[in-house]
Amino acid sequence: MIGLTHYLVLTGILFSIGLVGVMRRTNLLMLFFSTEILLNAVNIGFVAVSKFYGDLSGQMFAFFIIAVAASEVAVGLGLLILWYKRNGSVDLNSLQMMRG
Amino acid sequence: MYEVIAFYLFAALTIAMFTIVVMSKNALYAMSALAGGMIFISGFFFLLDAEFLGVVQIVVYSGAIMALYAFGMMFFDTTRDVSEKMRSKKIAYTLFVLSAALIVIILCAPLASSSVQANFPTVEHVGNVQMIGLVLFTKYLIPFELAAIMLLVAMIAGIVLASKKMDEHLNIEDEELGNVKESR
Repeated sequence: MIGLTHYLVLTGILFSIGLVGVMRRTNLLMLFFSTEILLNAVNIGFVAVSKFYGDLSGQMFAFFIIAVAASEVAVGLGLLILWYKRNGSVDLNSLQMMRG
Repeated sequence: MYEVIAFYLFAALTIAMFTIVVMSKNALYAMSALAGGMIFISGFFFLLDAEFLGVVQIVVYSGAIMALYAFGMMFFDTTRDVSEKMRSKKIAYTLFVLSAALIVIILCAPLASSSVQANFPTVEHVGNVQMIGLVLFTKYLIPFELAAIMLLVAMIAGIVLASKKMDEHLNIEDEELGNVKESR
């Protein structure tokens, strides 16, 4: 039978995929995608714990995480479009203005 | 048996989709794979008896957020491959070691929390949506209102930021092209 451990291992795998993305990519749009992966992995973990402990708090937290993700995308994409208009690039290295 | 098959199928599909997102060089492929992965994740929510969150996942993530990304990518040049190169190997190795330690801590966390008591225990013979409504509008009313205000602020910020200089040229190449056309 599928237990809590299965879901937590899956959460760990998805979270590590997201972490690899955050570290590997230097394109800001891809960094946003990786952040979405991290948030979704955490959501699965919350809902799994909520089911196997019979507690609703996990689902509430997942709900608020989805709200935070939606607003993060709206503001982040606006800033990204502004930066692209100004610089013509969404690469992370174009943000380094004060290189020591 | 049905649950086991569904779990492993959705797990394999989700991991494959998210690996494509992380590894793909084309931004358009990455976005499509991300949208697919979100829908497969909602399958997990339905398996876990969280119907409300499954529906919200499909509506908000695959509907709203992916549409927002698709509209945002119209501003960027997505036909060109994303060229990236890691310059500092030392930082990358340090981060990989740190993230491996983090994964170990995450997977060991259930050992330390064997005595968890349910704060809002689920009730038998009551639907998931009904229970979520009861808890959300009694115990979590103020966070709910704050989330509403946060979404409003984010919407205004997105509109203001993206619509700035909307009537001007997007980048230097377009501007040069426009000058050439005007001079003819």
